[in-house]
Amino acid sequence: MSLLRYESQVREPLVDGHKTYHDVTEDICKPVEAAPTRLWWIGFIISVALLLFGVVSLYKEVVYGTGMWNLNKTIGWGWDITNFVWWVGIGHAGTLISAILLLFRQGWRTGVNRAAEAMTIFAVICAGQFPIWHMGRVWMAFFVMPYPNSRGPLWVNFNSPLLWDVFAISTYFTVSLLFWYSGLIPDLATLRDRAKKKWAKAFYGVASFGWTGSTKHWQRHESLSLVLAGLSTPLVLSVHTIVSFDFATSVIPGWHTTIFPPYFVAGAIFSGFAMVQTLMLVTRKIMNLEDYITISHIENMNKVIVLTGSIVGCAYLTELFMAWYSAVKYEQDIFFKYRIAGPYGWSYWLMMTCNVITPQLFWVKKLRRNIAFTFLMSIVVNIGMWFERFVIIVSSLYRDYLPSSWSVYYRPTIWEVGFYLGSFGLFFTCYFLFSKYFPVIAIAEIKHILKKNGESYKEQMDPIEAQSVEEFAHEQVHAH
Amino acid sequence: MSVKKFVVGCFDDEKTLFPAVKNTRKAGYKIHDVYTPFPIHGLDHAMGLRDTSLHTAGFIYAMTGTTTALTFMSWVFTKDWPMNIGGKPHLPLPAFIPIVFELTVLCAAVGMVLTFCYLCQLAPFVRKDHFHLRATDDLFVMPIEITEKTNIEEVKAFFQSAGAVEIFEKDAETGWWLGRYDKTRKAFEKEEIVTA
Repeated sequence: MSLLRYESQVREPLVDGHKTYHDVTEDICKPVEAAPTRLWWIGFIISVALLLFGVVSLYKEVVYGTGMWNLNKTIGWGWDITNFVWWVGIGHAGTLISAILLLFRQGWRTGVNRAAEAMTIFAVICAGQFPIWHMGRVWMAFFVMPYPNSRGPLWVNFNSPLLWDVFAISTYFTVSLLFWYSGLIPDLATLRDRAKKKWAKAFYGVASFGWTGSTKHWQRHESLSLVLAGLSTPLVLSVHTIVSFDFATSVIPGWHTTIFPPYFVAGAIFSGFAMVQTLMLVTRKIMNLEDYITISHIENMNKVIVLTGSIVGCAYLTELFMAWYSAVKYEQDIFFKYRIAGPYGWSYWLMMTCNVITPQLFWVKKLRRNIAFTFLMSIVVNIGMWFERFVIIVSSLYRDYLPSSWSVYYRPTIWEVGFYLGSFGLFFTCYFLFSKYFPVIAIAEIKHILKKNGESYKEQMDPIEAQSVEEFAHEQVHAH
Repeated sequence: MSVKKFVVGCFDDEKTLFPAVKNTRKAGYKIHDVYTPFPIHGLDHAMGLRDTSLHTAGFIYAMTGTTTALTFMSWVFTKDWPMNIGGKPHLPLPAFIPIVFELTVLCAAVGMVLTFCYLCQLAPFVRKDHFHLRATDDLFVMPIEITEKTNIEEVKAFFQSAGAVEIFEKDAETGWWLGRYDKTRKAFEKEEIVTA
């Protein structure tokens, strides 16, 4: 006799430990309401120190110019643009989790979407810094905006991928911010109504915009989130596509490829999920949120990592194939002489190892569900993805068409490293402040899925699932 | 803005809330609103609210963004400053696509969020009366407005039978005002009637 199955047995509950609605509020609000822990202070102070190092590095750059970063005539894009593309990529997982998974009705996104969205915003802030300071004369940065100016009707070049970037990044930042904040409003209202201290009442009162939880408001809120998700989904794909156009529309060997847009998007999701893993593993541990960010959440994200890692691996091999197949000498030279081998060959192999080979270990279920291994892998992937951008930028630029301008003496200076570390400082300072003053998990969304996907629901369903069809039918008939 | 009198019923589960909402409407009481800690699908229909047309507004904003971007760039490159950039055509429509798309999304998103805030009267420093502090935690709160025709005791008995876990009377301001939640409210406190 076949057994009834209400839901696939392989699906684990999304919220562990028999939670009620009130427990959810308590658990998520507790870290916000309690005094910061010692670990929080240590992390925060280190982040601020890194941020200050970044500020000093930037001061040097502003005063003396981009020469402070060892950029030269041939390698005009170095660490700065590498970092820009890397940070933008990291930002992508947040929107992907909140928008694309919302449209696909993936319940597991609720555990991680809030922190991932916050991560997006901070990552995009970090990313935006690099091209702006890279301009050298940063006080002229406003020239990139199309506005009626005093230099005659001189407009920006709307055909330039660099200007598309300006529009893409600023739109992405604005939309992510709106999406994140509109989702936060109900949770801030929860914090406001629980607040005991005067400053907390004032702060959360102002921040929650007078939210009451009215049904009409929820109806509009749902509609808003759905449409914003629908808008963000193509947006997130477009942003990294446009970033890839910075390279793909040029004629530098190694850049001029049609595979760049999808390849960059996959890479962005790959590195973004790795960063979400890093943050989530630390956050769940420090804030005791193991019941909400469960092993199955981590496993799901690892599955995305192995998928996108494989796509990226395919793209690397396609690039090599196309370089050979195109029969263009310059393409072949760049790939087979100067990337795989050559003075920067080590970075190519580091990229290959970190991005293509090691993530394949996630096919093993035990490793996918191992926290220490996942943490290690998340960092390995991020290192690999940084080197991917480095390989694309530097190992294409250092051998251009003119052998007389070939360069191998590009090495980052302390100030360039400082600016990169400073961006970490900015990112983590923002993240620490966020995790202290805002709910890191979307309270209302967790409550929304609690009854269907929580552990108590599973237990309630187990005896029904174990029944035979006849037993169940009999019970149903007699119930009415 | 007016202070009205309400009888408030609080429910601790959607299972009891849904039939209660339906029965309230059947009984002819005026539901002021239902406050819930998270969105409950179908509750708006049970209450008889009409669907929101926020998404239509979003579409209009999106189209505004598209046309603005297209007309502006075309005007700049053909009329205002027809520059020769690398011999490219003056009206390179494919090259306009990225910016047109970004502006479409930007206008739709910003417009919708502002409209949402406007329709729901949400803004920093906006204050509204609460019926129950736990409405943002774990209670589903349904206030029924008391008019001249309603009998308070009857409403309370009705809530009792519908499975409410908490029932009380409350005078509340139905509108919104500017203020902070840490300050005790003054603007809408009931004036005391002084009798000689």
